[in-house]
Amino acid sequence: MTDSKYFTTTKKGEIFELKAELNSDKKEKKKEAVKKVIASMTVGKDVSALFPDVVNCMQTDNLELKKLVYLYLMNYAKSQPDMAIMAVNTFVKDCEDANPLIRALAVRTMGCIRVDKITEYLCEPLRKCLKDEDPYVRKTAAVCVAKLHDINAQLVEDQGFLDTLKDLISDSNPMVVANAVAALSEIAESHPNSNLLDLNPQSINKLLTALNECTEWGQIFILDCLANYTPRDDRESQSICERVTPRLSHANSAVVLSAVKVLMKFMEMLPKDLDYYSTLLKKLAPPLVTLLSAEPELQYVALRNINLIVQKRPEILKHEMKVFFVKYNDPIYVKLEKLDIMIRLASQANIAQVLAELKEYATEVDVDFVRKAVRAIGRCAIKVEQSAERCVSTLLDLIQTKVNYVVQEAIVVIKDIFRKYPNKYESVIATLCENLDSLDEPEARAAMIWIVGEYAERIDNADELLESFLEGFHDESTQVQLQLLTAIVKLFLKKPTETQELVQQVLSLATQDSDNPDLRDRGYIYWRLLSTDPVAAKEVVLAEKPLISEETDLIEPTLLEELICHIGTLASVYHKPPSAFVEGSRGVMHKRLPARTGSGESTESPDVGAAGGSAPEAAPSIIPSQGDLLGDLLNLDMAPPTTSGPPPPSTGMQMGGMDLLGGGLDSLMGDESEPLGGDIGGSPAMGAGFGAAPAVMPASLNAPVGGGLGDLFDLGGVGMPMGAYIPPKIVWLPAMKAKGLEISGTFARRAGVIQMELILTNKAMSVMTDFAIQFNRNSFGLAPAGPLQVLTPLGPNQTIEVSLPLSTVGPVMKMDPLNNLQVAVKNNIDVFYFSCQYPISMLFVEDGKMERQVFLATWKDIPNDNESQFQIKDCHLNSDAASSKLQGSNIFTIAKRTVEGQDMLYMSIKLSNGIWVLAELRVQAGNPNYTISLKCRAPEVSQCVFQCYEAVLKN
Amino acid sequence: MIGGLFIYNHKGEVLISRVYRDDIGKGPFPNCFHKVGCTESYRMRNAVDAFRVNVIHARQQVRSPVTNIARTSFFHVKRSNIWLAAVTKQNVNAAMVFEFLYKMCDVMTAYFGKISEENIKNNFVLIYELLDEILDFGYPQNSETGALKTFITQTGIKSQSKEEQSQITSQVTGQIGWRREGIKYRRNELFLDVLESVNLLMSPQGQVLSAHVSGRVVMKSYLSGMPECKFGMNDKIVIDKQGKGGATEEQSIAIDDCTFHQCVRLSKFDAERSISFIPPDGECELMRYRTTKDIILPFRVIPLVREVGRTKLEVKVVIKSNFKPSLLAQKIEVRIPTPLNTSGVQVICMKGKAKYKASENAIVWKIKRMAGMKESQISAEIELLPTNDKKKWARPPISMNFEVPFAPSGLKVRYLKVFEPKLNYSDHDVIKWVRYIGRSGIYETRC
Repeated sequence: MTDSKYFTTTKKGEIFELKAELNSDKKEKKKEAVKKVIASMTVGKDVSALFPDVVNCMQTDNLELKKLVYLYLMNYAKSQPDMAIMAVNTFVKDCEDANPLIRALAVRTMGCIRVDKITEYLCEPLRKCLKDEDPYVRKTAAVCVAKLHDINAQLVEDQGFLDTLKDLISDSNPMVVANAVAALSEIAESHPNSNLLDLNPQSINKLLTALNECTEWGQIFILDCLANYTPRDDRESQSICERVTPRLSHANSAVVLSAVKVLMKFMEMLPKDLDYYSTLLKKLAPPLVTLLSAEPELQYVALRNINLIVQKRPEILKHEMKVFFVKYNDPIYVKLEKLDIMIRLASQANIAQVLAELKEYATEVDVDFVRKAVRAIGRCAIKVEQSAERCVSTLLDLIQTKVNYVVQEAIVVIKDIFRKYPNKYESVIATLCENLDSLDEPEARAAMIWIVGEYAERIDNADELLESFLEGFHDESTQVQLQLLTAIVKLFLKKPTETQELVQQVLSLATQDSDNPDLRDRGYIYWRLLSTDPVAAKEVVLAEKPLISEETDLIEPTLLEELICHIGTLASVYHKPPSAFVEGSRGVMHKRLPARTGSGESTESPDVGAAGGSAPEAAPSIIPSQGDLLGDLLNLDMAPPTTSGPPPPSTGMQMGGMDLLGGGLDSLMGDESEPLGGDIGGSPAMGAGFGAAPAVMPASLNAPVGGGLGDLFDLGGVGMPMGAYIPPKIVWLPAMKAKGLEISGTFARRAGVIQMELILTNKAMSVMTDFAIQFNRNSFGLAPAGPLQVLTPLGPNQTIEVSLPLSTVGPVMKMDPLNNLQVAVKNNIDVFYFSCQYPISMLFVEDGKMERQVFLATWKDIPNDNESQFQIKDCHLNSDAASSKLQGSNIFTIAKRTVEGQDMLYMSIKLSNGIWVLAELRVQAGNPNYTISLKCRAPEVSQCVFQCYEAVLKN
Repeated sequence: MIGGLFIYNHKGEVLISRVYRDDIGKGPFPNCFHKVGCTESYRMRNAVDAFRVNVIHARQQVRSPVTNIARTSFFHVKRSNIWLAAVTKQNVNAAMVFEFLYKMCDVMTAYFGKISEENIKNNFVLIYELLDEILDFGYPQNSETGALKTFITQTGIKSQSKEEQSQITSQVTGQIGWRREGIKYRRNELFLDVLESVNLLMSPQGQVLSAHVSGRVVMKSYLSGMPECKFGMNDKIVIDKQGKGGATEEQSIAIDDCTFHQCVRLSKFDAERSISFIPPDGECELMRYRTTKDIILPFRVIPLVREVGRTKLEVKVVIKSNFKPSLLAQKIEVRIPTPLNTSGVQVICMKGKAKYKASENAIVWKIKRMAGMKESQISAEIELLPTNDKKKWARPPISMNFEVPFAPSGLKVRYLKVFEPKLNYSDHDVIKWVRYIGRSGIYETRC
């Protein structure tokens, strides 16, 4: 038999010849002609013109010829619906044929002819065939219902075929059952809410029985259908699992995977402390491993599914690492998938083996695979801390190979290792820098630039390195440009003196010469940040980075659950929900894992609540990229930078947060890293520093960088603090009122401790002993921290100085005035009462310096009603002296700016009870009167605070 | 379900195209230009062309056996230079599609031998007929060759009697779809082949990185009637269960996992671990299994590679056979990879023949026979051309092929009992043959 000759006829007038042959009287010739037609059809020639002639051959006893004609009909009927009707009679007749094979053939073919007129004629024969005595016909008819439904769903419902189909689920022949299940499942998919399959314990039982008897394909249909069922409780779930597990030994991988799907799903419902649960877990591993000895295409499907299973239940395969080792002649798609799973299974127990393997792979030929292997080494370092060192040295070995893409990939992963283990492996930076020139891929260049920027302080020639990248700035990809910009800004913040030019250069390259809006925006943000507030810039740019997560590429848990319900299918291969690649209503229904039920006594385990199962529950932290940080920045009400040039200067000062940020803080001073105040002696340079600042100011509006620099160099100049202000002692209790005991005293704050300093004088004739002191409840909970230390008896006309440490943890009651303190002193004679007022500055704590941003936010946040303004008259200090004086009393200057000769000091105070007071002190040169605005959430304290200001500044 | 099935030759020309569902024609496929408003059948060709353009003619190596083009998924397998592609628009069972494609290949091979362009063209009518039968609306149907051959014969079935017809249909759909009734042999005979492939990956230092045996029990049976068979082997679980009563000298083996031909009653295996079945007539693969414990590694390869300067390599490889001296291994072949820039090789071997094959970049050392507990050695000097290629030679592993007359896993067939209650022959009348063959799978030693 040499049918191949039919493929070779390419003569002209072929159709005409064929027509003649088709109408030939000789049967053999006819058959030959039809074969030729089919061959032409196969290779894509249009032979629809022969329709009537081919259909004429239909009436034949020759089954082979009949099948060929049917094949032709299926192909062309739709384009020639009227002609197709000619075939109907034959079909109907064939449906009544004595031979069951012919009956089935007719009904099968008719279902494939998608012509409305024909489908009408199909209904009656189909109804008969569904009840045919021969199972072969019934199983064919069952599928035909699905075909008809695809053409005309309404017709199928109207004709009641669905019910007949449902009846077939109870058919005695397993193959009929299987096909009926397949057809119903498909129909049900396009009617998500219909209860077509109506799965209940009885029907499930029937399916499970048929499962043991039908063909491998039938088993797949039934298992896939079972997977859609949700058992009522854990017992039913277990009994189904028990009946499905034998399928794990089937030779057909699809049967195995579908069984795995059912088990994975129903397992969710089993209580974890059940013996059966752990038995089941153990049973799942061997068949999954066996799938890896199947043909490569199936291995690929299996591996994609194992990837999901490992994420959902890592315990199943945790001991099976070895089987995922890559074989030299595995196809590349199998290799890549195996590598993925190896990383997921890597743990402290097997890391040595895994690393040895990965090192082998890194010398392979396929570039993608090698890259992935190198990347995997990095992932291992991050995942298993104990192995980090070995991973790093492996990576260094690989870098030594000088194979370009290996080096680049290694640098990309080393960057992540640096992030994960800061200050541990930076010694390798030198080696990395040697390879700078060989990097030609954006990702590697960006990673290297990141490393240089991040560790600028450790790399002596960081500026040179970055400068070398800068030369070809415009030829770089955006990723590299952005990273370079950030790295240079980092470098500048770390080594401001040497890198001004560089930063200016990159900022102008990014903002003025680039068409990329991302780059420009980031450039402007840095520019503005540097010019308005370099300290803030430091905080933003050099902020502590969030931890890098251990696992990457984890599938999001809800998607994972859905994909577990689709094990074995395309969705599990693509790792996408069906809705992502299936059109129309089919398969869009989202499947979920069943929740563990609470029925039965055995389910009262503590785990029951966690329906999510044992999957890694803690969502891995996500690393925000630099872009995110910037995004946040932009969310502040910042005037958007215009693209035409540097940001517009803002003028004057109005109240309101936006302005505070925009212009109000232009010349912020100070630096977190050098705490102000304390006992540091005054710095003589300070005055000059401050003097210079206002001069630079206007310039900064036009050349932000320069201005910013001016400010940066003035860091920490503020100082010259004095001790905290201590009011003079006054007499609190005259002798007359206290039977000869006179008490005078004051309050002081020394080294963070509030002290009440008392002078007790005995003006009576007798000796006084047994002194004790107590406070009444007061506004800030002041209470003696120890007993009153008067150890020796106090003789007549003797005086003793006592210092009593106070705590602020006593009972609280609001007093009027706020700083009033009622004291009771007892001695051997009597108990005496007096009240005194303490300066509230005693309560100002040492850590009262507010973060600048917090200050801004808080200032904005406190309603304007809470603001009070006071005048301090006749004060002849300049703003800086005032500031340092105030600092001695824990009133901290956060920022200073000068507007039209008026110095504005922004200060913060924290009270011992946690109340923050924000202050703005305006000092006009030559005007002895200061204006002070206080903002506090508890405005009552403002008056007292003001008094303190006055007291501190005037003394 | 499967929307269509196409067979292409290596040039991407369509040899067979069978469409089961209309939806697969609805592109729009990139790179495939067709006239607007073309006919249905022509639109279907879009999918056909999409696969050709994007997969067969793709410039790079195939990165996945599943390809999604314009929301249409293509599954493909390749047999020699023939491509079989299944197409679908739905979320089908991917494992099933591949299993089906393999089955399709098996069926075709059973009907007309090797899958080649020539054979496919010669048998295209038959293939269409098969495709019509084993795939209905994209659902795989009974695809057992034994059953198919009873009614897809290419000679028409008119001649069949009514009885025969119903026998066919009940067999195709029945519980024992793989065997027909009424088979008769004068001599009842069966052959069991235990075929194992032993896989090894060894480090240069001789450490076993991974080793496993994947084995198959292939049964050829020529038995009359519907014989009920029971197969027993030295499965550790079974032996342990039988306890002390049995012969204790018998070595039992731990089977990691096994899968069975669909004729085996799986639920019975699950419950009692007994393997019972009614076999298909002729040849079938009864079971597959995998073991990883206590594997007898028939050969040990000890490599020694020394780089002498930039232009010379010295290789010495010793092989040791590790089995009973009375047994003979055959078809031994050791393949020692050489670098791409090899200019010349000098080989000295104690036994067998060794040749440098430039086209395969390897030294191939062949030994016809080798008894157990022996040792042999080859040494080679490889001259290299100096290159400025920075990339190091990847040093592929040394691989080995061989055949030994025992099962490296240690598996032994204990019995295969045959019962046919309706016919008058008993287990004793059946002539049984058992043979063990251990072959090398991927048997590699890194160097």
